[in-house]
Amino acid sequence: MRDRILAFSVLLPSLLAVGVFVYGFIGQNLWVSLTDWGKDPAQALALRPELRFVGLENYRELFTGFVDVRFRQSVVNLIFFTLFFMAGSLGLGLLLALAVDRAPKGEGFFRTVFLFPMSLSFVVTGTIWRWMLQPQGGVNVLPTLFGLPPLSFPWLATREQVLVFDWNHLPFYTALAVGLVLLYVAYAAHREGERRRFLWALLSAGVLFLWAFTLGRGLKLLPYPETHGFSLALVGVILAAVWQMSGYTMALYLAGLRGIPVEVLEAARVDGASEWQLFRRIIFPMLAPITLSAMIVLGHIALKIFDLVFAMAGLDYAPTDVPAIYMYLLAFRGNQFAKGAAIGILLLLLVAVVVVPYLASQLRKEVRR
Amino acid sequence: MGRVLLYAFLLLMAGFFLLPVYLVVLTALKEPAKITLETVWQWPHPPYWESFRTAWEAFRPKFQNSVVLAVSATLLSALVGSLNGYVLAKWPFRGSGLLFALILFGMFIPYQSILIPLFQFMKSIGLYGNLFGLVLVHVIYGIPIVTLIFRNYYSEIPDELVEAARIDGAGFFGIFRHVILPLSVPAFVVVAIWQFTQIWNEFLFAVTLTRPESQPITVALAQLAGGEAVKWNLPMAGAILAALPTLLVYILLGRYFLRGLLAGSVKG
Repeated sequence: MRDRILAFSVLLPSLLAVGVFVYGFIGQNLWVSLTDWGKDPAQALALRPELRFVGLENYRELFTGFVDVRFRQSVVNLIFFTLFFMAGSLGLGLLLALAVDRAPKGEGFFRTVFLFPMSLSFVVTGTIWRWMLQPQGGVNVLPTLFGLPPLSFPWLATREQVLVFDWNHLPFYTALAVGLVLLYVAYAAHREGERRRFLWALLSAGVLFLWAFTLGRGLKLLPYPETHGFSLALVGVILAAVWQMSGYTMALYLAGLRGIPVEVLEAARVDGASEWQLFRRIIFPMLAPITLSAMIVLGHIALKIFDLVFAMAGLDYAPTDVPAIYMYLLAFRGNQFAKGAAIGILLLLLVAVVVVPYLASQLRKEVRR
Repeated sequence: MGRVLLYAFLLLMAGFFLLPVYLVVLTALKEPAKITLETVWQWPHPPYWESFRTAWEAFRPKFQNSVVLAVSATLLSALVGSLNGYVLAKWPFRGSGLLFALILFGMFIPYQSILIPLFQFMKSIGLYGNLFGLVLVHVIYGIPIVTLIFRNYYSEIPDELVEAARIDGAGFFGIFRHVILPLSVPAFVVVAIWQFTQIWNEFLFAVTLTRPESQPITVALAQLAGGEAVKWNLPMAGAILAALPTLLVYILLGRYFLRGLLAGSVKG
């Protein structure tokens, strides 16, 4: 009995620390995000500031207020950064894994080379690539070494945007995207013969589409059109991020490829399967769970990306802005703590949307075992 | 034919991964006046070692901060993690599974969501701008991942060993000291490598919670490279200094590095 009490008291300090520093602080942050802290400069830096409850005003301002246009661009940047960073790291990682897996000579060397950026800080990576991507240097003059004309893309310095859309249409596009995902869920459920899930997914998708094309079109977040798009300055940041992280996905895929039993592949070959059929029917399906975990990890990294952007472009450069940067700028440069806290809560929600279903499914799997 | 294409692809990719390193080293070895954009890829003759001396002098206090920070936080958090893992794996009590899950949740949160209360808290207890405040922060937010690694590792140790020691009259700490600890070396290595690299490379807490005199090297490097007028040989030499410790860990202990990577891949 004495030992049991001892055991609990050994764990207790950690429980208290996590309780306060994780749960307590999230609660406090949520409260701060519902106040006007930072609106009045005199109160902003007071040791015991007088806070007034303003409800969801900070959130409303971020999404529809006139001054926070930078926040909205940062959200759009984050969406594009996350998509291209995930696609790039997964694709390159898979290619590298397939190549390394087939290379009998120098396998260890190539693996070490592809994985080493993982050990670096995003700040180091950012500093290096900032220099690589100078408009008149680095990558752009590389072709001249082979007698080719230099590239002229200004990388981080460009202010160009593509895929431009009006912020007012965001609810419409979001509804479309979610609807498409639901349709896919319905399709998968149909194939697995789960009638209930199929009907529910189909019904929700239908309701969403109906809403999008009737009310969703007319919804106005702002009284005026405000355009945002994929800022091309992000291409350089994505390149650097893929350089750093694709070795990690390679390591994951490599472990997965090694886990495929040789007999299965041999049997398929004996049955006359072509290389492509091997990939399509055996290798890719067996790598699917790895792809899912890698997507969770990469998505998690992408959503809170901060140090890489800080090192490559600094805090004050709107074309590469992401919410974590804007949050830091608001809270620790502008003393707008309430609004910064609101962005913190939004990031937490975003990450939760990605991570919680994954954890829940992992947990269910473990229970089933 | 396939072989040739395969190796051509691998070499091309090795170029993509190594060219930045080559550029960093040769830029760091150039005289500031000779860094021009047209000759950016030319190897300097003769190499100019002076920038390393200048960079080392500029970065030495920050480098020392990083060493003190990473080493002390890593040791403390390994100790905490091994005790927590021991309790959760070998002394479970009612609700300990739930508590473990609640601890793990701390691994997934984006730290932006606690940054403002943390900043206020550190200021109010007088640890803002203090290196040991930053150590404390890293130890606390490291609890989830180190607890996870040690708990999973200790779950593999057969309960019979613990039971036998208990029959022999060993208590809670006796079992830890004589049965668990001697078996823990691999777990300690994995946790130490993981935490050391994480803390050395960390930036968000460091830039928010330190003053210039307590800055780790990542913050100093980001600020130096962010300045417009600076010549590029210094940030590049600084980048090499900032990268060297974790790079050495990776090259010398790559196997364990990978294991930590796969165990803690969703950490915040």
